[in-house]
Amino acid sequence: MTVTTQDSTRTITVPPAARNTPPPRPRGGRKPLIQFGHWWWALPAVAAVIGVHYVATLTGGFFAFTNWTGLGDWDFIGLANFERIFSDPQLLGSVWNTLFLAFGSVILTNVFGLLYALAINRMLKTRYILRTLLFMPVVLSPLAVAYVWKFIFQFDGPLNGFLGLIGLEEFQKVWLADPTWSIWAILITVVWQQTGFVMVIYLAGLASVPIEVEEAAALDGAGIWGRFRHVVVPAIRPSIAIATTLGIIQGLRIFDQILALTGGGPAGATETLATEVYKQAFSLGQFGFGSSLALVLTLIILVFAILQQYVTRDRDAGKA
Amino acid sequence: MFRYTKLTALREVLVWIVTLVGLLPLYLLVVTSLKTDQEVLTTSAVALPSSVDFSAFVEVLTSTGRNSIPMSILNSVIITVGAIAGLVLLGSLTAYVIARRTRTWTNVTFYLVLIAIILPAQLGTVPLYIGARSVGLTGNALGMILLWIGILLPLSIFLYASFFRGLTTEYEEAAVIDGATPTQAFFRVVLPLMSPATGTVAILAGLIVWNDFFNSLIFLGGSETQTLPVAMYTYVGGLVSAWNKIFAVVIISMIPILAFYMFAQKRFIQGFAGGLKG
Repeated sequence: MTVTTQDSTRTITVPPAARNTPPPRPRGGRKPLIQFGHWWWALPAVAAVIGVHYVATLTGGFFAFTNWTGLGDWDFIGLANFERIFSDPQLLGSVWNTLFLAFGSVILTNVFGLLYALAINRMLKTRYILRTLLFMPVVLSPLAVAYVWKFIFQFDGPLNGFLGLIGLEEFQKVWLADPTWSIWAILITVVWQQTGFVMVIYLAGLASVPIEVEEAAALDGAGIWGRFRHVVVPAIRPSIAIATTLGIIQGLRIFDQILALTGGGPAGATETLATEVYKQAFSLGQFGFGSSLALVLTLIILVFAILQQYVTRDRDAGKA
Repeated sequence: MFRYTKLTALREVLVWIVTLVGLLPLYLLVVTSLKTDQEVLTTSAVALPSSVDFSAFVEVLTSTGRNSIPMSILNSVIITVGAIAGLVLLGSLTAYVIARRTRTWTNVTFYLVLIAIILPAQLGTVPLYIGARSVGLTGNALGMILLWIGILLPLSIFLYASFFRGLTTEYEEAAVIDGATPTQAFFRVVLPLMSPATGTVAILAGLIVWNDFFNSLIFLGGSETQTLPVAMYTYVGGLVSAWNKIFAVVIISMIPILAFYMFAQKRFIQGFAGGLKG
Protein backbone atom coordinates (compact mmCIF):
# COMPACT_ATOMS: atom_id res chain seq x y z
CA MET A 1 0.00 0.00 0.00
CA THR A 2 2.61 2.43 1.09
CA VAL A 3 4.85 1.52 -1.79
CA THR A 4 2.07 1.84 -4.33
CA THR A 5 1.18 5.36 -3.29
CA GLN A 6 4.81 6.36 -3.19
CA ASP A 7 5.53 5.11 -6.66
CA SER A 8 2.38 6.28 -8.31
CA THR A 9 3.23 9.85 -7.32
CA ARG A 10 6.26 9.49 -9.55
CA THR A 11 4.15 9.05 -12.67
CA ILE A 12 4.74 12.74 -13.30
CA THR A 13 8.34 12.10 -14.24
CA VAL A 14 8.39 8.46 -15.28
CA PRO A 15 6.50 7.60 -18.48
CA PRO A 16 3.89 4.85 -17.95
CA ALA A 17 5.68 2.49 -20.31
CA ALA A 18 8.86 2.65 -18.27
CA ARG A 19 7.19 2.01 -14.93
CA ASN A 20 7.75 -1.35 -13.33
CA THR A 21 5.38 -0.71 -10.45
CA PRO A 22 1.67 -1.52 -10.35
CA PRO A 23 -0.52 1.07 -12.08
CA PRO A 24 -2.28 3.61 -9.86
CA ARG A 25 -5.51 2.62 -8.19
CA PRO A 26 -8.51 2.83 -10.47
CA ARG A 27 -10.72 5.81 -9.81
CA GLY A 28 -13.42 5.37 -7.23
CA GLY A 29 -11.64 2.31 -5.88
CA ARG A 30 -10.56 1.70 -2.32
CA LYS A 31 -9.83 4.89 -0.40
CA PRO A 32 -6.19 5.41 0.56
CA LEU A 33 -5.16 4.22 4.00
CA ILE A 34 -4.74 7.77 5.15
CA GLN A 35 -5.59 11.13 3.74
CA PHE A 36 -2.60 13.22 2.75
CA GLY A 37 -3.55 16.68 3.88
CA HIS A 38 -6.60 18.42 2.44
CA TRP A 39 -6.99 19.20 -1.24
CA TRP A 40 -7.83 22.84 -0.52
CA TRP A 41 -4.36 23.38 0.93
CA ALA A 42 -3.22 23.89 -2.64
CA LEU A 43 -5.89 26.45 -3.43
CA PRO A 44 -4.22 29.77 -2.38
CA ALA A 45 -0.97 28.87 -4.08
CA VAL A 46 -2.61 27.73 -7.29
CA ALA A 47 -4.67 30.94 -7.42
CA ALA A 48 -1.54 33.02 -6.80
CA VAL A 49 0.49 31.24 -9.48
CA ILE A 50 -2.28 31.57 -12.05
CA GLY A 51 -2.84 35.23 -11.19
CA VAL A 52 0.76 36.43 -10.91
CA HIS A 53 2.22 34.35 -13.71
CA TYR A 54 -0.44 33.45 -16.24
CA VAL A 55 -3.08 36.18 -16.07
CA ALA A 56 -0.47 38.94 -15.70
CA THR A 57 1.64 37.66 -18.59
CA LEU A 58 -1.35 37.26 -20.91
CA THR A 59 -2.62 40.72 -19.99
CA GLY A 60 0.83 42.14 -20.68
CA GLY A 61 0.82 40.42 -24.05
CA PHE A 62 -2.49 42.11 -24.80
CA PHE A 63 -1.24 45.57 -23.70
CA ALA A 64 1.62 45.18 -26.17
CA PHE A 65 -0.85 45.81 -29.00
CA THR A 66 -2.34 48.96 -27.47
CA ASN A 67 -1.29 52.56 -26.91
CA TRP A 68 -2.35 52.60 -23.27
CA THR A 69 -0.63 55.16 -21.05
CA GLY A 70 -1.98 53.90 -17.75
CA LEU A 71 -4.74 56.50 -17.60
CA GLY A 72 -7.86 57.03 -19.61
CA ASP A 73 -8.71 55.63 -22.99
CA TRP A 74 -6.66 53.36 -25.12
CA ASP A 75 -6.88 51.97 -28.61
CA PHE A 76 -5.98 48.68 -30.09
CA ILE A 77 -3.24 49.65 -32.54
CA GLY A 78 -2.14 46.30 -33.92
CA LEU A 79 1.53 46.00 -34.74
CA ALA A 80 2.31 49.72 -34.62
CA ASN A 81 4.38 49.37 -31.42
CA PHE A 82 6.52 46.70 -33.01
CA GLU A 83 7.01 48.71 -36.20
CA ARG A 84 8.24 51.54 -33.99
CA ILE A 85 10.70 49.25 -32.17
CA PHE A 86 12.20 47.82 -35.32
CA SER A 87 12.52 51.14 -37.13
CA ASP A 88 14.15 53.02 -34.24
CA PRO A 89 17.96 52.65 -34.38
CA GLN A 90 18.23 53.39 -30.65
CA LEU A 91 15.83 50.56 -29.76
CA LEU A 92 17.41 48.19 -32.27
CA GLY A 93 20.73 49.02 -30.61
CA SER A 94 19.23 48.01 -27.28
CA VAL A 95 18.23 44.65 -28.78
CA TRP A 96 21.83 44.11 -29.89
CA ASN A 97 23.16 45.17 -26.50
CA THR A 98 20.81 42.69 -24.83
CA LEU A 99 22.12 39.87 -27.03
CA PHE A 100 25.75 41.01 -26.63
CA LEU A 101 25.55 40.99 -22.83
CA ALA A 102 23.74 37.64 -22.76
CA PHE A 103 26.11 35.81 -25.08
CA GLY A 104 29.23 37.58 -23.82
CA SER A 105 28.44 36.71 -20.22
CA VAL A 106 27.50 33.11 -21.03
CA ILE A 107 30.69 32.47 -22.99
CA LEU A 108 33.04 34.16 -20.52
CA THR A 109 31.48 32.80 -17.32
CA ASN A 110 31.41 29.28 -18.76
CA VAL A 111 35.03 29.38 -19.92
CA PHE A 112 36.33 30.86 -16.66
CA GLY A 113 33.98 28.84 -14.46
CA LEU A 114 34.91 25.55 -16.13
CA LEU A 115 38.65 26.30 -16.06
CA TYR A 116 38.44 27.21 -12.40
CA ALA A 117 36.37 24.15 -11.55
CA LEU A 118 38.87 21.90 -13.38
CA ALA A 119 41.77 23.63 -11.61
CA ILE A 120 40.41 23.03 -8.11
CA ASN A 121 38.43 19.83 -8.75
CA ARG A 122 40.96 17.24 -7.65
CA MET A 123 43.92 17.08 -5.33
CA LEU A 124 44.04 20.67 -4.10
CA LYS A 125 44.13 20.72 -0.30
CA THR A 126 42.36 24.05 -0.02
CA ARG A 127 39.70 23.49 -2.68
CA TYR A 128 36.77 24.02 -0.33
CA ILE A 129 38.12 27.37 0.84
CA LEU A 130 38.76 28.39 -2.76
CA ARG A 131 35.25 27.36 -3.75
CA THR A 132 33.76 29.36 -0.89
CA LEU A 133 35.79 32.44 -1.84
CA LEU A 134 34.99 32.33 -5.54
CA PHE A 135 31.28 31.75 -4.91
CA MET A 136 31.08 34.73 -2.55
CA PRO A 137 30.30 37.39 -5.23
CA VAL A 138 27.28 35.33 -6.36
CA VAL A 139 25.37 35.98 -3.13
CA LEU A 140 25.96 39.74 -3.18
CA SER A 141 23.45 42.19 -4.59
CA PRO A 142 24.18 42.97 -8.26
CA LEU A 143 23.62 46.63 -7.52
CA ALA A 144 26.22 46.67 -4.73
CA VAL A 145 28.72 44.82 -6.94
CA ALA A 146 28.10 47.32 -9.73
CA TYR A 147 29.05 50.21 -7.43
CA VAL A 148 32.35 48.53 -6.58
CA TRP A 149 33.14 48.25 -10.29
CA LYS A 150 31.94 51.79 -10.94
CA PHE A 151 34.70 52.91 -8.59
CA ILE A 152 37.25 50.76 -10.44
CA PHE A 153 36.21 52.16 -13.83
CA GLN A 154 36.28 55.82 -12.71
CA PHE A 155 38.60 58.04 -14.71
CA ASP A 156 40.79 58.58 -11.66
CA GLY A 157 40.05 55.04 -10.46
CA PRO A 158 42.22 51.97 -9.89
CA LEU A 159 41.99 50.57 -13.46
CA ASN A 160 43.40 53.68 -15.12
CA GLY A 161 45.86 53.98 -12.24
CA PHE A 162 47.09 50.46 -12.93
CA LEU A 163 47.36 51.11 -16.68
CA GLY A 164 49.42 54.21 -15.95
CA LEU A 165 51.64 52.25 -13.57
CA ILE A 166 52.60 49.67 -16.21
CA GLY A 167 53.12 52.31 -18.88
CA LEU A 168 49.94 51.84 -20.91
CA GLU A 169 48.71 55.41 -20.60
CA GLU A 170 47.31 55.34 -24.12
CA PHE A 171 44.73 52.75 -23.01
CA GLN A 172 43.40 54.93 -20.20
CA LYS A 173 39.79 55.86 -20.85
CA VAL A 174 36.70 57.28 -19.29
CA TRP A 175 35.43 53.71 -19.35
CA LEU A 176 31.82 54.33 -18.35
CA ALA A 177 31.34 57.29 -20.68
CA ASP A 178 32.94 55.68 -23.70
CA PRO A 179 30.40 54.63 -26.37
CA THR A 180 32.44 51.54 -27.32
CA TRP A 181 33.87 50.40 -24.01
CA SER A 182 31.08 51.11 -21.53
CA ILE A 183 29.20 47.95 -22.55
CA TRP A 184 32.39 45.95 -21.92
CA ALA A 185 32.62 47.45 -18.46
CA ILE A 186 29.10 46.16 -17.75
CA LEU A 187 30.03 42.77 -19.19
CA ILE A 188 33.10 42.50 -16.95
CA THR A 189 31.03 43.40 -13.88
CA VAL A 190 28.49 40.69 -14.69
CA VAL A 191 31.12 38.06 -15.48
CA TRP A 192 33.02 38.79 -12.27
CA GLN A 193 29.88 38.20 -10.23
CA GLN A 194 28.50 35.16 -12.08
CA THR A 195 31.63 33.06 -12.65
CA GLY A 196 31.37 31.49 -9.19
CA PHE A 197 27.84 30.32 -9.92
CA VAL A 198 28.89 28.56 -13.12
CA MET A 199 31.90 27.06 -11.33
CA VAL A 200 29.65 25.48 -8.71
CA ILE A 201 27.46 23.90 -11.39
CA TYR A 202 30.56 22.45 -13.08
CA LEU A 203 32.01 21.22 -9.78
CA ALA A 204 28.77 19.32 -9.17
CA GLY A 205 29.07 17.82 -12.66
CA LEU A 206 32.76 16.98 -12.27
CA ALA A 207 32.02 15.15 -9.02
CA SER A 208 30.17 12.59 -11.15
CA VAL A 209 33.34 11.64 -13.08
CA PRO A 210 34.82 8.61 -11.30
CA ILE A 211 38.50 9.15 -10.63
CA GLU A 212 39.16 5.53 -11.69
CA VAL A 213 37.94 6.24 -15.21
CA GLU A 214 40.21 9.24 -15.51
CA GLU A 215 43.12 7.24 -14.15
CA ALA A 216 42.43 4.39 -16.56
CA ALA A 217 42.37 6.86 -19.45
CA ALA A 218 45.66 8.35 -18.24
CA LEU A 219 47.21 4.86 -18.01
CA ASP A 220 46.07 4.16 -21.55
CA GLY A 221 48.09 7.17 -22.62
CA ALA A 222 45.43 9.87 -22.86
CA GLY A 223 46.86 13.34 -22.31
CA ILE A 224 45.18 16.13 -20.43
CA TRP A 225 43.26 17.27 -23.52
CA GLY A 226 42.28 13.74 -24.48
CA ARG A 227 40.98 13.03 -20.97
CA PHE A 228 39.09 16.32 -20.98
CA ARG A 229 37.59 15.75 -24.42
CA HIS A 230 36.62 12.08 -24.08
CA VAL A 231 36.10 11.51 -20.36
CA VAL A 232 35.19 14.79 -18.70
CA VAL A 233 33.10 16.54 -21.36
CA PRO A 234 30.64 13.66 -21.91
CA ALA A 235 30.15 13.38 -18.15
CA ILE A 236 29.48 17.07 -17.59
CA ARG A 237 27.24 17.58 -20.62
CA PRO A 238 24.15 18.05 -18.40
CA SER A 239 26.05 20.70 -16.43
CA ILE A 240 26.92 22.51 -19.64
CA ALA A 241 23.25 22.53 -20.62
CA ILE A 242 22.18 23.91 -17.24
CA ALA A 243 24.93 26.51 -16.99
CA THR A 244 24.39 27.88 -20.49
CA THR A 245 20.59 27.88 -20.30
CA LEU A 246 20.47 29.66 -16.94
CA GLY A 247 23.22 32.01 -18.10
CA ILE A 248 21.34 33.03 -21.26
CA ILE A 249 18.11 33.61 -19.36
CA GLN A 250 19.88 35.68 -16.70
CA GLY A 251 22.04 37.47 -19.24
CA LEU A 252 19.07 38.63 -21.30
CA ARG A 253 17.58 40.25 -18.19
CA ILE A 254 20.60 42.23 -16.94
CA PHE A 255 19.25 45.45 -15.47
CA ASP A 256 20.65 46.48 -12.06
CA GLN A 257 24.25 46.73 -13.21
CA ILE A 258 23.37 48.96 -16.17
CA LEU A 259 21.33 51.34 -14.10
CA ALA A 260 24.11 51.62 -11.52
CA LEU A 261 27.06 51.83 -13.91
CA THR A 262 25.89 53.92 -16.85
CA GLY A 263 22.15 54.47 -16.55
CA GLY A 264 21.96 53.34 -20.18
CA GLY A 265 24.35 56.04 -21.40
CA PRO A 266 26.43 57.47 -22.90
CA ALA A 267 23.70 58.56 -25.34
CA GLY A 268 21.88 55.22 -25.06
CA ALA A 269 24.98 53.17 -25.91
CA THR A 270 24.34 50.68 -23.09
CA GLU A 271 20.54 50.51 -23.14
CA THR A 272 19.08 47.00 -23.22
CA LEU A 273 15.52 45.79 -23.62
CA ALA A 274 15.25 45.46 -19.83
CA THR A 275 16.26 49.09 -19.21
CA GLU A 276 14.05 50.29 -22.09
CA VAL A 277 11.05 48.45 -20.65
CA TYR A 278 11.64 50.21 -17.37
CA LYS A 279 12.12 53.63 -18.96
CA GLN A 280 9.21 53.46 -21.40
CA ALA A 281 6.67 51.86 -19.07
CA PHE A 282 7.55 53.28 -15.70
CA SER A 283 9.47 56.51 -16.30
CA LEU A 284 7.44 57.69 -19.30
CA GLY A 285 4.16 55.96 -18.48
CA GLN A 286 3.97 54.33 -21.93
CA PHE A 287 2.44 51.12 -20.64
CA GLY A 288 1.41 49.86 -24.07
CA PHE A 289 4.75 50.54 -25.72
CA GLY A 290 6.70 49.26 -22.70
CA SER A 291 4.67 46.04 -22.83
CA SER A 292 5.53 45.55 -26.49
CA LEU A 293 9.24 45.87 -25.61
CA ALA A 294 8.70 43.37 -22.79
CA LEU A 295 6.99 41.05 -25.26
CA VAL A 296 10.01 41.21 -27.58
CA LEU A 297 12.30 40.45 -24.62
CA THR A 298 10.05 37.60 -23.49
CA LEU A 299 10.00 36.06 -26.96
CA ILE A 300 13.80 36.31 -27.21
CA ILE A 301 14.17 34.63 -23.81
CA LEU A 302 11.73 31.85 -24.72
CA VAL A 303 13.32 31.24 -28.13
CA PHE A 304 16.81 30.94 -26.68
CA ALA A 305 15.70 28.84 -23.72
CA ILE A 306 13.92 26.39 -26.03
CA LEU A 307 16.70 26.44 -28.63
CA GLN A 308 19.24 25.76 -25.89
CA GLN A 309 17.25 22.80 -24.60
CA TYR A 310 16.87 21.45 -28.12
CA VAL A 311 20.54 21.80 -29.02
CA THR A 312 21.84 20.13 -25.86
CA ARG A 313 19.25 17.37 -25.97
CA ASP A 314 19.91 16.63 -29.62
CA ARG A 315 23.63 16.28 -29.01
CA ASP A 316 22.94 13.91 -26.12
CA ALA A 317 20.79 11.72 -28.31
CA GLY A 318 23.39 11.67 -31.05
CA LYS A 319 26.06 10.47 -28.65
CA ALA A 320 24.01 7.79 -26.97
CA MET B 1 47.87 7.18 -9.36
CA PHE B 2 47.06 10.91 -9.22
CA ARG B 3 49.27 12.10 -6.39
CA TYR B 4 49.91 15.40 -4.72
CA THR B 5 53.18 16.31 -6.45
CA LYS B 6 55.26 19.48 -6.67
CA LEU B 7 53.27 20.28 -9.81
CA THR B 8 50.03 20.10 -7.84
CA ALA B 9 51.49 22.41 -5.21
CA LEU B 10 52.44 24.85 -7.95
CA ARG B 11 48.90 24.64 -9.32
CA GLU B 12 47.52 25.30 -5.84
CA VAL B 13 49.69 28.42 -5.49
CA LEU B 14 48.68 29.65 -8.95
CA VAL B 15 44.99 29.16 -8.22
CA TRP B 16 45.37 31.12 -5.00
CA ILE B 17 47.05 33.99 -6.84
CA VAL B 18 44.27 34.06 -9.44
CA THR B 19 41.60 33.96 -6.71
CA LEU B 20 43.15 36.75 -4.67
CA VAL B 21 43.58 38.96 -7.74
CA GLY B 22 39.98 38.18 -8.64
CA LEU B 23 38.78 39.26 -5.21
CA LEU B 24 40.78 42.51 -5.34
CA PRO B 25 37.57 44.54 -5.89
CA LEU B 26 36.34 43.42 -2.46
CA TYR B 27 39.64 44.54 -0.91
CA LEU B 28 39.25 47.97 -2.54
CA LEU B 29 35.71 48.08 -1.22
CA VAL B 30 36.76 47.50 2.39
CA VAL B 31 39.82 49.78 2.51
CA THR B 32 38.05 52.66 0.77
CA SER B 33 35.08 52.51 3.12
CA LEU B 34 37.45 52.92 6.09
CA LYS B 35 39.09 56.08 4.76
CA THR B 36 38.22 59.67 5.64
CA ASP B 37 36.74 62.00 3.02
CA GLN B 38 40.18 63.57 2.59
CA GLU B 39 42.05 60.29 2.22
CA VAL B 40 39.72 58.99 -0.47
CA LEU B 41 40.83 61.81 -2.72
CA THR B 42 44.52 61.86 -1.84
CA THR B 43 45.62 58.26 -1.37
CA SER B 44 45.95 55.44 -3.90
CA ALA B 45 42.96 53.12 -4.13
CA VAL B 46 44.96 50.10 -3.01
CA ALA B 47 46.64 51.90 -0.10
CA LEU B 48 45.50 51.03 3.40
CA PRO B 49 43.88 53.86 5.35
CA SER B 50 46.34 55.59 7.71
CA SER B 51 43.96 54.86 10.55
CA VAL B 52 40.71 52.94 10.54
CA ASP B 53 37.97 55.51 10.27
CA PHE B 54 34.33 54.50 10.74
CA SER B 55 32.93 57.98 10.17
CA ALA B 56 31.48 57.00 6.79
CA PHE B 57 29.56 54.15 8.42
CA VAL B 58 28.37 56.39 11.23
CA GLU B 59 27.16 59.00 8.76
CA VAL B 60 25.34 56.43 6.63
CA LEU B 61 23.71 54.71 9.57
CA THR B 62 22.51 57.95 11.11
CA SER B 63 21.06 59.25 7.86
CA THR B 64 17.43 60.29 8.15
CA GLY B 65 14.58 61.15 5.84
CA ARG B 66 12.82 59.33 3.08
CA ASN B 67 15.70 57.19 1.97
CA SER B 68 17.33 56.69 5.35
CA ILE B 69 19.46 53.56 5.32
CA PRO B 70 18.36 52.24 8.76
CA MET B 71 14.68 52.44 7.79
CA SER B 72 15.36 50.73 4.48
CA ILE B 73 17.20 47.91 6.27
CA LEU B 74 14.13 47.41 8.47
CA ASN B 75 11.87 47.38 5.39
CA SER B 76 14.11 44.89 3.61
CA VAL B 77 14.12 42.62 6.65
CA ILE B 78 10.31 42.76 6.98
CA ILE B 79 9.77 42.05 3.28
CA THR B 80 12.35 39.25 3.13
CA VAL B 81 11.14 37.51 6.29
CA GLY B 82 7.48 37.89 5.30
CA ALA B 83 8.11 36.52 1.83
CA ILE B 84 10.10 33.55 3.14
CA ALA B 85 7.39 32.72 5.70
CA GLY B 86 4.68 32.79 3.04
CA LEU B 87 6.74 30.78 0.57
CA VAL B 88 7.57 28.11 3.14
CA LEU B 89 3.97 27.77 4.34
CA LEU B 90 2.14 27.89 0.99
CA GLY B 91 4.91 26.14 -0.92
CA SER B 92 5.13 23.18 1.44
CA LEU B 93 1.35 22.75 1.79
CA THR B 94 0.80 22.87 -1.96
CA ALA B 95 3.76 20.66 -2.83
CA TYR B 96 2.61 18.11 -0.23
CA VAL B 97 -0.84 17.83 -1.79
CA ILE B 98 0.60 17.72 -5.31
CA ALA B 99 3.28 15.16 -4.50
CA ARG B 100 1.21 12.83 -2.33
CA ARG B 101 -2.04 12.73 -4.25
CA THR B 102 -2.25 11.33 -7.74
CA ARG B 103 -5.14 12.87 -9.49
CA THR B 104 -5.36 14.55 -12.84
CA TRP B 105 -5.63 17.99 -11.24
CA THR B 106 -2.44 17.50 -9.22
CA ASN B 107 -0.53 16.60 -12.37
CA VAL B 108 -1.97 19.59 -14.20
CA THR B 109 -1.04 21.82 -11.28
CA PHE B 110 2.50 20.50 -11.29
CA TYR B 111 2.89 21.35 -14.98
CA LEU B 112 1.39 24.81 -14.38
CA VAL B 113 4.09 25.33 -11.76
CA LEU B 114 6.88 24.06 -14.01
CA ILE B 115 5.87 26.33 -16.91
CA ALA B 116 5.59 29.29 -14.52
CA ILE B 117 9.23 28.76 -13.50
CA ILE B 118 10.36 29.03 -17.12
CA LEU B 119 7.98 31.85 -18.07
CA PRO B 120 9.93 35.15 -18.05
CA ALA B 121 8.50 37.67 -15.58
CA GLN B 122 9.01 40.87 -17.62
CA LEU B 123 5.77 40.79 -19.51
CA GLY B 124 3.68 40.46 -16.36
CA THR B 125 5.29 43.39 -14.59
CA VAL B 126 3.17 46.17 -16.09
CA PRO B 127 -0.21 44.47 -15.47
CA LEU B 128 0.89 43.45 -11.96
CA TYR B 129 1.90 47.00 -11.19
CA ILE B 130 -1.40 48.39 -12.44
CA GLY B 131 -3.33 45.73 -10.56
CA ALA B 132 -1.40 46.33 -7.35
CA ARG B 133 -1.79 50.08 -7.69
CA SER B 134 -5.54 49.84 -8.10
CA VAL B 135 -5.93 47.87 -4.86
CA GLY B 136 -3.41 49.93 -2.87
CA LEU B 137 -0.66 47.34 -2.76
CA THR B 138 2.08 49.53 -4.22
CA GLY B 139 4.35 51.49 -1.94
CA ASN B 140 3.98 49.28 1.09
CA ALA B 141 5.64 46.20 2.55
CA LEU B 142 2.51 44.04 2.45
CA GLY B 143 2.19 44.46 -1.31
CA MET B 144 5.84 43.58 -1.79
CA ILE B 145 5.50 40.45 0.36
CA LEU B 146 2.44 39.28 -1.59
CA LEU B 147 4.15 40.03 -4.89
CA TRP B 148 7.22 38.00 -3.94
CA ILE B 149 5.12 35.10 -2.70
CA GLY B 150 3.36 35.07 -6.05
CA ILE B 151 6.55 35.36 -8.08
CA LEU B 152 8.56 32.73 -6.20
CA LEU B 153 5.85 30.20 -5.33
CA PRO B 154 6.56 28.04 -8.41
CA LEU B 155 10.19 27.69 -7.33
CA SER B 156 9.18 26.91 -3.74
CA ILE B 157 6.55 24.35 -4.77
CA PHE B 158 8.94 22.69 -7.19
CA LEU B 159 11.72 22.36 -4.59
CA TYR B 160 9.38 21.05 -1.89
CA ALA B 161 7.72 18.63 -4.32
CA SER B 162 11.03 17.03 -5.24
CA PHE B 163 11.91 16.64 -1.55
CA PHE B 164 8.48 15.16 -0.70
CA ARG B 165 8.83 12.59 -3.49
CA GLY B 166 11.96 11.34 -1.79
CA LEU B 167 10.29 10.98 1.61
CA THR B 168 8.51 7.76 2.53
CA THR B 169 4.88 8.03 3.64
CA GLU B 170 5.44 5.84 6.68
CA TYR B 171 5.98 8.75 9.08
CA GLU B 172 2.64 10.42 8.49
CA GLU B 173 0.86 7.06 8.35
CA ALA B 174 2.26 6.21 11.76
CA ALA B 175 1.16 9.61 13.04
CA VAL B 176 -2.37 9.19 11.67
CA ILE B 177 -2.67 5.68 13.11
CA ASP B 178 -1.62 7.15 16.45
CA GLY B 179 -4.58 9.52 16.18
CA ALA B 180 -3.20 12.64 14.52
CA THR B 181 -5.37 14.64 12.13
CA PRO B 182 -3.94 15.30 8.63
CA THR B 183 -3.12 18.86 9.74
CA GLN B 184 -1.24 17.64 12.80
CA ALA B 185 0.54 14.96 10.81
CA PHE B 186 1.73 17.57 8.36
CA PHE B 187 2.86 20.30 10.75
CA ARG B 188 4.20 18.09 13.56
CA VAL B 189 5.71 15.22 11.56
CA VAL B 190 6.21 15.95 7.87
CA LEU B 191 7.27 19.59 7.88
CA PRO B 192 9.99 19.13 10.53
CA LEU B 193 11.43 16.32 8.37
CA MET B 194 11.54 18.78 5.48
CA SER B 195 14.03 21.15 7.08
CA PRO B 196 16.62 20.66 4.30
CA ALA B 197 13.98 21.70 1.76
CA THR B 198 12.90 24.60 3.95
CA GLY B 199 16.53 25.68 4.20
CA THR B 200 16.98 25.62 0.43
CA VAL B 201 13.75 27.54 -0.18
CA ALA B 202 14.62 30.11 2.49
CA ILE B 203 18.14 30.66 1.14
CA LEU B 204 17.19 30.97 -2.53
CA ALA B 205 14.10 33.10 -1.88
CA GLY B 206 15.88 35.17 0.76
CA LEU B 207 18.75 35.99 -1.59
CA ILE B 208 16.48 36.88 -4.48
CA VAL B 209 14.23 39.11 -2.36
CA TRP B 210 16.99 40.77 -0.33
CA ASN B 211 19.11 41.59 -3.38
CA ASP B 212 16.25 42.62 -5.67
CA PHE B 213 16.36 46.07 -7.15
CA PHE B 214 14.03 46.00 -10.18
CA ASN B 215 10.77 45.01 -8.46
CA SER B 216 11.35 47.26 -5.44
CA LEU B 217 12.13 50.16 -7.74
CA ILE B 218 8.83 49.72 -9.56
CA PHE B 219 6.44 48.64 -6.85
CA LEU B 220 7.79 50.91 -4.10
CA GLY B 221 8.82 53.76 -6.41
CA GLY B 222 8.41 57.20 -4.88
CA SER B 223 6.86 55.95 -1.64
CA GLU B 224 7.97 56.26 1.98
CA THR B 225 8.77 52.56 2.09
CA GLN B 226 12.07 51.73 0.42
CA THR B 227 14.14 48.58 0.44
CA LEU B 228 17.87 48.69 0.96
CA PRO B 229 18.89 48.41 -2.72
CA VAL B 230 16.55 51.24 -3.78
CA ALA B 231 17.65 53.41 -0.85
CA MET B 232 21.25 52.63 -1.82
CA TYR B 233 20.55 53.65 -5.42
CA THR B 234 18.95 56.94 -4.35
CA TYR B 235 21.56 57.62 -1.68
CA VAL B 236 24.48 56.97 -4.03
CA GLY B 237 22.85 59.14 -6.68
CA GLY B 238 23.16 62.08 -4.30
CA LEU B 239 26.81 61.44 -3.47
CA VAL B 240 29.25 62.49 -6.14
CA SER B 241 32.44 60.45 -5.75
CA ALA B 242 32.15 60.25 -1.95
CA TRP B 243 33.34 56.69 -2.33
CA ASN B 244 33.96 56.05 1.36
CA LYS B 245 30.27 56.72 2.05
CA ILE B 246 29.06 54.86 -1.04
CA PHE B 247 31.12 51.85 -0.02
CA ALA B 248 29.91 52.08 3.57
CA VAL B 249 26.34 51.67 2.22
CA VAL B 250 27.47 48.87 -0.07
CA ILE B 251 29.18 47.02 2.79
CA ILE B 252 26.17 47.46 5.07
CA SER B 253 23.98 45.92 2.37
CA MET B 254 26.37 42.98 2.03
CA ILE B 255 26.92 42.17 5.72
CA PRO B 256 23.68 40.27 6.43
CA ILE B 257 24.04 38.13 3.31
CA LEU B 258 27.72 37.43 3.91
CA ALA B 259 27.06 36.56 7.55
CA PHE B 260 24.49 33.97 6.47
CA TYR B 261 26.82 32.76 3.74
CA MET B 262 29.73 32.17 6.10
CA PHE B 263 27.40 30.44 8.53
CA ALA B 264 25.84 28.10 5.96
CA GLN B 265 28.05 28.24 2.88
CA LYS B 266 27.68 24.53 2.09
CA ARG B 267 23.91 24.84 2.02
CA PHE B 268 24.12 28.00 -0.10
CA ILE B 269 26.32 26.31 -2.66
CA GLN B 270 24.30 23.10 -2.70
CA GLY B 271 21.08 25.07 -2.88
CA PHE B 272 22.32 26.90 -5.95
CA ALA B 273 23.88 23.88 -7.63
CA GLY B 274 20.90 21.61 -6.95
CA GLY B 275 17.96 23.94 -6.51
CA LEU B 276 18.25 26.00 -9.66
CA LYS B 277 18.83 22.99 -11.85
CA GLY B 278 15.06 22.45 -12.02
